[in-house]
Amino acid sequence: MKQVPALKIDGITIAQSLAIIEYLEETRPTPRLLPQDPKKRAQVRMISDVITSGIQPLQNLSVLKQVGQENQLTWAQKAIRSGFNALEQVLWSTAGKYCVGDEVSMADLCLVPQVANAERFKVDLTPYPTISRINKTLMALEAFQVSHPCRQPDTPPELRA
Amino acid sequence: PVFPQPILYSYFRSSCSWRVRIALALKSIDYETIPINLIKDGGQQFSEEFQALNPMKQVPALKIDGITIAQSLAIIEYLEETRPTPRLLPQDPKKRAQVRMISDVITSGIQPLQNLSVLKQVGQENQLTWAQKAIRSGFNALEQVLWSTAGKYCVGDEVSPPPVFLCHRFKVDLTPYPTISRINKTLMALEAFQVSHPCRQPDTPPELRA
Repeated sequence: MKQVPALKIDGITIAQSLAIIEYLEETRPTPRLLPQDPKKRAQVRMISDVITSGIQPLQNLSVLKQVGQENQLTWAQKAIRSGFNALEQVLWSTAGKYCVGDEVSMADLCLVPQVANAERFKVDLTPYPTISRINKTLMALEAFQVSHPCRQPDTPPELRA
Repeated sequence: PVFPQPILYSYFRSSCSWRVRIALALKSIDYETIPINLIKDGGQQFSEEFQALNPMKQVPALKIDGITIAQSLAIIEYLEETRPTPRLLPQDPKKRAQVRMISDVITSGIQPLQNLSVLKQVGQENQLTWAQKAIRSGFNALEQVLWSTAGKYCVGDEVSPPPVFLCHRFKVDLTPYPTISRINKTLMALEAFQVSHPCRQPDTPPELRA
């Protein structure tokens, strides 16, 4: 697919972030990234898919190249706002401390990077208080900090934390 | 508790709805269809009623066991976990990863880039080229992935979601994708794929009916 991420693990290479995460969950089951209850699992997957199918693909590099430089910001903002409008509503019925109840799940892993994209594209987050609150709570956790774009081996010096 | 029959909110031609219809057919789950016409009345998915059911304003949505689930793969994984036979995902985690990877290539990498709402944004004169580019780009990658995963079907010899059938509407030439074509042909011979076909739905317009 000529995209990142790809994970080489256990002798295979897996692409597509959710396929990778589900594999990790099935082979390294603790701590859990998906709840035990099938209905809550469906909620986690639904929220994850809203982001990974409904928002992110519409504002990735390759699509933005196609819409042309003068249209990029508007296009990206539209995709994100549209998706966040829906997501905020969904979260009213699923969220506790995190996206689904009070345990960190795959949905939260999808939320934080998308909020960062929203900020990059100057999307005002005021209409999305639930998304903002959950994002803030997650950003305080170590896993979300060590994985941040500003702390990677390939982070340019000027963007390093 | 005993729940009423599942209700699927579906549009006959929506490929995302079709995926779920296939899963329901493969698992022999009876359901009621409530058609949501994506074009009529400015798009019935934008009605207040439907928006309350699915804030994403998209089909499919499935009302089942007292909850409503949107997003085709979230629905299919729920069906798999609660009605586990026949299987739609292999048992081996590595093969499950392959199935999910292929599914995501289609549901995140191809379909969102050529759905109705995006095509409206790119403008009528650009639509066909845009859709073709999205499909060809994705199929180029998918064809390669399938070389290492495919048996009779996408991953080995057991049917798993979702197959591909986006091409004809956008006049994408399938000659460069022999593996995709072969698998699609094999799948289309199965009953679950036929009964769920757009040409056989309650909301199929008469001129498109099988």
